[in-house]
Amino acid sequence: MTLALALEQLLNGLQLGVMLFLMAAGLTLIFGVMGLINLAHGSLYMVGAFACATVAAWTGSFWIGLIASLAAAAAAGAIVELVVIRRLYDRDHLDQVLATFALILMFSEGTRWLFGSFPLYLDIPPLLQGAVALPGGTEYPVYRLAIILAGAIVAFGLYLLISRTRLGMRIRAGESDREMIGALGVDIRTLYTVVFALGAALAGLAGAMVGALQSVQVGMGEPVLILAFVVIVIGGIGSIKGALLGALLVGVTDTMGRFLLPKILALFVAPAQAGMIGGAAASMLIYIVMAVILAVKPRGLFPAAHA
Amino acid sequence: MREIMIVTRENLINLILAALLLAVPFAAEAFGQPFYVTLATRIAILALAATGLNLALGLGGLVSFGHAAFFGIGGYVAGILAAHAFSGDPLLFGLSGTKQMWVIWVVAVILSGLVGLVIGAISLRTSGVYFIMITLAFAQMVYYFAISWPAYGGEDGLSILVRNQFPGVSTMRPLTFFLICYVVLLLALALFALIRASRFGAALQAARQNEVRVATVGIQPYRIRLTGFAISAAVTGLAGALFADLNRFVSPSMLSWHMSGELIVLIILGGTGRLFGPLAGAALYVIFEYALGGLTERWQFFLGLILLVVVLFARGGLLGLLAGKAKHG
Repeated sequence: MTLALALEQLLNGLQLGVMLFLMAAGLTLIFGVMGLINLAHGSLYMVGAFACATVAAWTGSFWIGLIASLAAAAAAGAIVELVVIRRLYDRDHLDQVLATFALILMFSEGTRWLFGSFPLYLDIPPLLQGAVALPGGTEYPVYRLAIILAGAIVAFGLYLLISRTRLGMRIRAGESDREMIGALGVDIRTLYTVVFALGAALAGLAGAMVGALQSVQVGMGEPVLILAFVVIVIGGIGSIKGALLGALLVGVTDTMGRFLLPKILALFVAPAQAGMIGGAAASMLIYIVMAVILAVKPRGLFPAAHA
Repeated sequence: MREIMIVTRENLINLILAALLLAVPFAAEAFGQPFYVTLATRIAILALAATGLNLALGLGGLVSFGHAAFFGIGGYVAGILAAHAFSGDPLLFGLSGTKQMWVIWVVAVILSGLVGLVIGAISLRTSGVYFIMITLAFAQMVYYFAISWPAYGGEDGLSILVRNQFPGVSTMRPLTFFLICYVVLLLALALFALIRASRFGAALQAARQNEVRVATVGIQPYRIRLTGFAISAAVTGLAGALFADLNRFVSPSMLSWHMSGELIVLIILGGTGRLFGPLAGAALYVIFEYALGGLTERWQFFLGLILLVVVLFARGGLLGLLAGKAKHG
């Protein structure tokens, strides 16, 4: 095990974490402001990836595709909020789970209807192709570094948006007292639609960026959605800071676990068995971490004050 | 138990449902349509699984989004015990596998109940959205374990070559296997009715309605809920063992979160907290699946649409429409 390999895995973990943050930030924002649990968030991630792949194939430009993914996911989010989600704010979580589960079925089957069952592929833009040398002699793809950078910029932008702008002020006010800001004359229905579309756009952006690493296909959002749930449960539902730290923790733990556990076990048992047990244990690692954190802090690391 | 003895519209509908489910396979067999026997068996098993979940969700108000874990564990118990009985390799501590259904059932009930106890013990420390997400996450943990553990087929699943046996009857005959599942379902429904009418059931429902009051009269809501959750897991695990025998195949898809979602959907389609809600829901779901699947390849889209309409506009489910409002809620 070389240091360079470990560094590479650490960067992979960061990249996964950043992507999870984009998903978790939207989920936690939507829960924090509207009190809604949205299972269909993974579908918005899928919408972003499909929009990016389709538009990039039409125009030949990844960048136009990326803008299209933001627009498509935000539009899908806004439409879904207007037609379905706004009827669910006053319902209990069971109804929210079921209605958004129904939305997943419709989104997945609808996408299969439009695009067929075959996965689409998205090329990495020429600007970001190639690799950079890491200390220790290995090389690391520029594109993955770009994802980490993009995630950091979005996280900072989100921080500025929420702490420095009027919209951010309203979002924070909405988190602490929904009725009151409505009474103060803020158009709360529009605010909800905007927050939902913002969360959807973040998910769409994540989908588009990951689309160039994996194939773009129906159901791609579901594993990510569940990891994002683990993230916000660890971080504390409703807390963006918790989502950021939770995402990085989950991303790095998952990647490093898959890399290190088989190697550590190989010190004690035969290599073939170590690979098998280590692989199985690594796939459970983040859930074990989650269970331990919840056993100590049932409301996550950074519980939102009101929830 | 008294409330199920009285003649009400709901009990009448329940009786008709139970009779219909029994009549369809006999008619199908008489007309030489064994496929419908399998369909009815599927309804009975899914109704059993959902009856298990109904204990936690309907009575206890615990929205578990991870009951696929117990369903799948039951399935894997059947698959693994049968595989060992077939190959002759000892399983654990020199014990061999078995092809006897009732042994498999006992193991499935105990194992899924124990796993339910562990998952419940951690998850029930939280409530609301946290509980939903944590039960989901634990089920995913079991799912990924099943996929990455190659000994029992991993992602490809595990076949059961010959359906497991039950003393005195031939389980390979569809109608016989249906009757076994039907009797198990009736027993589970009786258990549900007994629990609902018992002191324990009253405490479980009270904990759903007002936790503070339950604590004030000296009952710990946590323990009540944990017990309810474990029993619920055990019943769903039993259904999983039967489901594996029905398909003679078990795969990680039994553990997937779509399965957990489907189980909740069954209860809601039928009517939450009602004795026969799961059966009504399972019948409706399987018939939808079959009828829509015959009309269009895209049946899942329309299933989603129907579900959305039911959640938004018809909250009492099928029994709510037919039998009026539930007495408790």
